[in-house]
Amino acid sequence: MAKLKVALYWAASCGGCEIAQLQIGDKLLKLAEAADIVFWPVAIDVKYKDVEAMPDKSIDACLFNGAIRNSEQEHMAKMLREKSKIMIAYGSCAYEGCIPGLANLFNRQMIFDRAYIETESTDNKDKILPQTSCQVPEGELTLPEFYDTVKTLRQTVDVDYVVPGCPPEEKTTWLALEALIEGKLPPKGTVISHSAKSVCDECPRKRDVKKIKKIYRNYEIIPEPEICLLEQGLLCAGIATRGGCGAPCPQANMPCTGCYGPVEGVIDQGAHFLSALASVIDSNDPEEIKRIVDDIPDPAGSFYRYSLPDSLLRGARIK
Amino acid sequence: MRRITIDPITRLEGHGKIEIFLDDAGEVANTYFQVPELRGFEKFSEGRPAEELPQITQRICGVCPEAHHMASTKALDNLFHIDPPSPAKKLRELLYSAFYVTDHTTHFYILGGPDFVMGPDAPVAERNILGVIAKVGLELGGAVIKTRMQNHHIIHVLGGRAVHPVFGLPGGVSKGLNEEEIKEVQQIARDSVEFGKLSLKVFDDIVLKNKEYVDMIVSDAYTHRTYYMGLVDENNQVNFYDGKVRVVDPDGKEFAKYAPKEYLDHVAEHVEPWSYAKFPFLKNVGWKGFVDGKDSGVFRVAPLARLNAADGMATPLAQEAYEKMYSTLGGKPVHHTLAMHWARLIELLYAAERLLELSQDPEITSTNIRTIPTAVPDEGIGIVEAPRGTLTHHYVTDERGVIKKANLIVATVNNAAAVNMSINKAAKALIKPGKEITEGLLNRIEMAWRPYDLCLACATHNLPGHPLLPIEVYDSKGKLIKRFS
Repeated sequence: MAKLKVALYWAASCGGCEIAQLQIGDKLLKLAEAADIVFWPVAIDVKYKDVEAMPDKSIDACLFNGAIRNSEQEHMAKMLREKSKIMIAYGSCAYEGCIPGLANLFNRQMIFDRAYIETESTDNKDKILPQTSCQVPEGELTLPEFYDTVKTLRQTVDVDYVVPGCPPEEKTTWLALEALIEGKLPPKGTVISHSAKSVCDECPRKRDVKKIKKIYRNYEIIPEPEICLLEQGLLCAGIATRGGCGAPCPQANMPCTGCYGPVEGVIDQGAHFLSALASVIDSNDPEEIKRIVDDIPDPAGSFYRYSLPDSLLRGARIK
Repeated sequence: MRRITIDPITRLEGHGKIEIFLDDAGEVANTYFQVPELRGFEKFSEGRPAEELPQITQRICGVCPEAHHMASTKALDNLFHIDPPSPAKKLRELLYSAFYVTDHTTHFYILGGPDFVMGPDAPVAERNILGVIAKVGLELGGAVIKTRMQNHHIIHVLGGRAVHPVFGLPGGVSKGLNEEEIKEVQQIARDSVEFGKLSLKVFDDIVLKNKEYVDMIVSDAYTHRTYYMGLVDENNQVNFYDGKVRVVDPDGKEFAKYAPKEYLDHVAEHVEPWSYAKFPFLKNVGWKGFVDGKDSGVFRVAPLARLNAADGMATPLAQEAYEKMYSTLGGKPVHHTLAMHWARLIELLYAAERLLELSQDPEITSTNIRTIPTAVPDEGIGIVEAPRGTLTHHYVTDERGVIKKANLIVATVNNAAAVNMSINKAAKALIKPGKEITEGLLNRIEMAWRPYDLCLACATHNLPGHPLLPIEVYDSKGKLIKRFS
């Protein structure tokens, strides 16, 4: 059998997805046996120009991580889509925008003003901002255009599969790579993970059907070691988050923050989280429910921590 | 005017690019180190509950999330006016020491080391970790992999996750270590100390015993007289987790020493229209452009800067190595950029020794790891030494602890001006009219930024391949005249 041709690329991301890919350890050798990596800017010396020269659909699969924040990333996403038979959104940024997607609560102007003018340590009396084109004495210097919003990969190009997580856990990464190597990929559109159900399904903490009267911030209480964090009043997103990760955060005594995205069949993770939360609140009095929920200081950032650009709202409307 | 474009240099918190302009005579006219990416964490942290910032801000960098997690958690202690129990602080520093061991190991063996071990002019295909292993032996190669994996294991066990840990809270940590776990940590620490010693020996055998390399390290092309910054403990010894920031001038004299809350009196950031990164400088000297010397506010951070800014190391073997470096290179401070590789290995040994000390501390398995804050939050600043330099997180909140303002001075960015200058100086020294621009020559220019361990390095840290820059040389009409790969 001919070796697969695989491309790996990053856009607006943190580098954690690359580390996650390397966490598969000695399975990397199996990958190397089955596939040639034809493009991986961090590791091998193949340039943009070389990718451009590749025939369309000559790459078997592209694992694309990172969101689309600027013009260069959009260009690369489109080019890699053309060159690849299979496009995989790897990790939360490509899948749903992730934490950098919280920038959609603001716009470009607000981000630039904060970063380059207002920040306490910035000394910029002339209010100089980075420019897409700039004349220096020796010639022109260019920078990619920073867009007004963060887009997901699916909002930019056609995507065949998703690998969830920030970053995906080792076993999730291998599940996707193994399916690819063995030619046993699931139907198009599948979110590749060991579970279609929620994180709660694999969390060892005990759930009774206890209801809550108060929501606590994570620094306000030391949770009991074996009881469900949500039932102790902590805003644990496990209830509305796809499993497959093995629930490492609740096992480290911290609430799940939702990085594996919505459970199967749910479009909007935040709306699901909110309704699931309402179901554990111990009250039928709308006033009291409101008071309890008002203890959540940042609903947008809590319910949509990783999924804002992929949500129905996509972000805030900024006039 | 001809230009040499190095694009992408893969990443610095994203992507990086270098432009070298040549005048008509073929001399280097100027160089620019550009950062073409921004994500805007300082803005979108606004409105978030402060206690979420250790997990939010670490998404700045998935290669060194531990550094952001720790600076942020310390800023929260300050914000909530809470002093964590002593075992919690020790557990944080323990995780942080394990992180340093992995991080410095990968930089030296995968990124910086190959230039020396294989030689700057070695064939591209050999100038990488695989070449290094072939030359120094599989046994050492195995030790590199083992050291990294074991120390990552510590991060996983204590931090909850191997990438993007979750254990930091204002007033402590969410998880401790039990007796069984600490025994494992002790063994890893002992192995890491041996590995640190071995790495210094490798440096001694391959680099220091080679006169050509030593001459290159001390050559003018790789030298800049700048200020240096680093965190020190109460004895003015290097500390990664806590202390005061000390700045020494180009003569090595203490110029400033400040607590985190005073950082705005000392550091400011300059903006250029051709880069998304800002250029920090010493406020009390002022921004004088991309120049070195006592009158320029440009300062440097990261391993060599930390050693220059301190009076010594807090552990015995690292102190011995520290003294040897300064006696070999003619006393303090050392201005040679390439000596940063040596300083990094001294810090690797220190991190391993510190890990061992902390793992043997009688209270390290204590369950007293959290204090619940009760004061009204207002403003907090946290500073740690990231492997790539001093890292500052500054938050202002409302009385509910919701972020109103966030300011971050990220480690690598502190070196942005110096990196630009280092590339410029090396390019000017090495590119001469009529002299063929070979791959080896361009690699010697790359060697001017590689020691800084940019997030390019940061991002390529764990890779088994070679972190090469695609380099293309164009003439003044934009025609490709040479390509290196």
